[in-house]
Amino acid sequence: MSDLLLEMRDITKEFPGVRALDKVSIKVNQGDIHAIVGENGAGKSTLMKVLSGVHPHGSFDGTIYWRGNEYQVRNIRQSEAHGIAIIHQEFALTPYLSIAENIFLGNEYARSGVIRWNETKKEAERLCRTVGLEEDVDTPIMDIGVGKQQLVEIVKALSKNISLLILDEPTAALNEIESQNLLELLKRLKNEGMTCVLISHKLNEVLDVADAITVLRDGLTVETLRAGNDEISKQRLIRGMVGRDLTDRFPERNAEIGETVFEVQNWTVFHPQIPGKKVIDDATIAIRRGEVVGLAGLMGAGRTEFAMSVFGRSYGANVTGAVRVGGRETDTRTVQRAIDGGLAYVSEDRKTLGLVLENSLKNNVTLANLDDVSERGVIDDNREIAVAERAVDAFKIKCSSIRQDVVNLSGGNQQKVVLAKWLFCDSDVYIMDEPTRGIDVGAKLDVYNVINDLAEKGKSILFISSELPEILGMSDRIYVMNKGRIVREFARGEATQEDLLNLMI
Amino acid sequence: MNKILLAIKQHGKQYGMVLALASIIILFQIWTNGILLRPLNVTNLILQNGYVLILSIGMLFIIITARIDLSVGSTVAFVGAITAMLMVNFDMGVIPTVLIGLIIGALIGAWQGLWTAYVGVPAFITSLAGMLIFRGLTIAVLEGRSIGPLAPAFRAISNSFVPDLFGGTSINVTAILVGLALCAYVVGSDYMRRRETIRHGFSAPSIGYFFARNIASCAGIMALSWLLASYNGIPTLLILLVALVLFYSFVTNHTVVGRRIYALGGNEAAAQLSGVDTKKLVFLTNVNLGVLAAIAGIVFTARLNAGTPKAGTGFELDAIAACFIGGASVSGGTGTITGALLGTFIMGVMNNGMSIVGISVDYQQAIKGLVILFAVAIDILLKNQKA
Repeated sequence: MSDLLLEMRDITKEFPGVRALDKVSIKVNQGDIHAIVGENGAGKSTLMKVLSGVHPHGSFDGTIYWRGNEYQVRNIRQSEAHGIAIIHQEFALTPYLSIAENIFLGNEYARSGVIRWNETKKEAERLCRTVGLEEDVDTPIMDIGVGKQQLVEIVKALSKNISLLILDEPTAALNEIESQNLLELLKRLKNEGMTCVLISHKLNEVLDVADAITVLRDGLTVETLRAGNDEISKQRLIRGMVGRDLTDRFPERNAEIGETVFEVQNWTVFHPQIPGKKVIDDATIAIRRGEVVGLAGLMGAGRTEFAMSVFGRSYGANVTGAVRVGGRETDTRTVQRAIDGGLAYVSEDRKTLGLVLENSLKNNVTLANLDDVSERGVIDDNREIAVAERAVDAFKIKCSSIRQDVVNLSGGNQQKVVLAKWLFCDSDVYIMDEPTRGIDVGAKLDVYNVINDLAEKGKSILFISSELPEILGMSDRIYVMNKGRIVREFARGEATQEDLLNLMI
Repeated sequence: MNKILLAIKQHGKQYGMVLALASIIILFQIWTNGILLRPLNVTNLILQNGYVLILSIGMLFIIITARIDLSVGSTVAFVGAITAMLMVNFDMGVIPTVLIGLIIGALIGAWQGLWTAYVGVPAFITSLAGMLIFRGLTIAVLEGRSIGPLAPAFRAISNSFVPDLFGGTSINVTAILVGLALCAYVVGSDYMRRRETIRHGFSAPSIGYFFARNIASCAGIMALSWLLASYNGIPTLLILLVALVLFYSFVTNHTVVGRRIYALGGNEAAAQLSGVDTKKLVFLTNVNLGVLAAIAGIVFTARLNAGTPKAGTGFELDAIAACFIGGASVSGGTGTITGALLGTFIMGVMNNGMSIVGISVDYQQAIKGLVILFAVAIDILLKNQKA
């Protein structure tokens, strides 16, 4: 039962400016369900990308042993040939093709390129029965629910004769019943000899099914707990996930907190594609002058959706609720009106939502407030250059000139350009969505300083982050969001990471 | 000297096209035994390619927004048909006719923009439909026949010349003087820009490069004005073309609208989240294209001296080709008016040169196809190399 199937030893993987994995080691036994838990950014997904060949051999340090032999793969095909399959959080299914076609996509039953439909369907039906998916295999993927799509993904993996199945947050998109069914299925597969690696945020699920749990934090292995040998509890896992020093990482702030400036009341948003699905459910928040308010929640809890729906209805359908800035009800139905009303939104994903990558630093900095550098629609080059140069100085942006395309800047410097863009708008309320994601420690400190400066100038800041230490270290107050609802509000110093995690999960 | 080469390298894309145009001109000048650059032929080159240039300018904005328009050829024909009909069948004067033509162009643009921007029909489909709709309406309006001849005042749009104010006999003095004035403007504005750049502490290109570049532009301008002066002088149409090129260069380089269009093409989501009304801009670029297509239609109809059912067939492809040869990207966000100008004349000189040499139309098409393919392929290869 406890034969060693997979060992990853001293895996170190660096990205520019960030060490994502630092000598991470993990041993997975044959026939186990082995869970990997950790905060966002702890390195779970990176570790699995190393294993599945997304990060090819040679792009990281360390050794992997598979069934006792050294294992080197350059792409997903090769890892699948070894019998390792990964199911990502976002499904790799083609919506218009049928269940059977999706199962064998890239691996078709065919003779000289001609698909043999009878075998395909028969085999697809057999595989579907093994996971309890009772659906006509000719049904297009888009006509079945997310839970069943997840099963199709698993069937697809099973069809490749694999012996290790990796699931990345498999229940993130599923409801309670679907999640339960999936976990039952994993147990059944285990009894049939399958080994699983389960990445999950949901500690209750992990505790329910896992034979072994490895805790990662900041790219380091904290510990591996094995059922039977170690005492496993939710508290212990959380302590392992978060237990780090909080001192000195967050600069001091001397902001004077004044009257309430920004309020969102009874905010409800529906999913833009799925009718009747509430993404934000009756959320109410308020932020005062000079206050930094954290918004904690898991990915998918609705934080970004909340921010974007407030900022010019950039997300969602049937948005209801009121936005008040400075006590007056404010129209934020278009982005321009939201900006005019005093809002700024620093988006979560700077590359796809924050920047025009092929444009210069200068053009990006002024994009949201061209009116201030132009006269009757004509841009005053000198004024614009001065604005851009001031931004470079103020934010210490490393660039060859203000005419450099932002695509060539590092992540941290790109983030500073996004911040500079919104600071130039001189708004009253700053919604910062994951402003420190994917940037190095030094740049993070710069971002914290920017936030503090804004607060000291009397701005109101909504600070969205997945990193709990950051939320706790920076915020005067914290709202916790779970499944689109504000579930709790904490004053500074009132909450611990454990409290937040318990409410988020 | 090395500095000059370095500067050329930095601005390689733009100069690459200038060099391409220059080599094509030299090639055909030799191949046609000097016919290409005869004063009459140069004047013809401008008159023949004027309407393509007007369309290319309008098309450029569409392409910058990462969209496409296939309907301009039909718009040209439709506006031409209406104007010809108004003048011939209803005896309408030139000025009201031209105004109605422009309004129709704007309405066609608004129609296309409505579907593309606000309903979200892909531009390819909207404009494919527009191409069929307006071609069909053209034939209906004309009842399948050509309508002409047209009033001399209308034809003057395409075939008149600026009269010589100084009564030159063998040479048109006005053309020479305008050429000199243009040189002075080019050198002067480049100098001002250079001074501003230095004043703001940026590194300006070396003084040698500055001279080389200005001498080259002045030589080009003076050669052109000399050639025009040796024939009938400055075509009236050229004034319109220069005005459009200058105006739209200004729009792309110096205005808020221009900046936002580039941002929209580069990253539509980011532009939207920065407060850019992307739908309105897509709509406006379509209206703009409609108006420019109407101008092109009027110019073309005046040159043809008739409204005809087949007018403008394939013009959309010439305009699209000119933009892409001129360095615009299919994925949007880049492209310049200068590029569209150079692209238009690269195609124009090739058409004209190949006809003079006597290459038959079938091979002309094939060769043009290859040129478009290679021009864009080279662009992509250079970009990949950079990355």
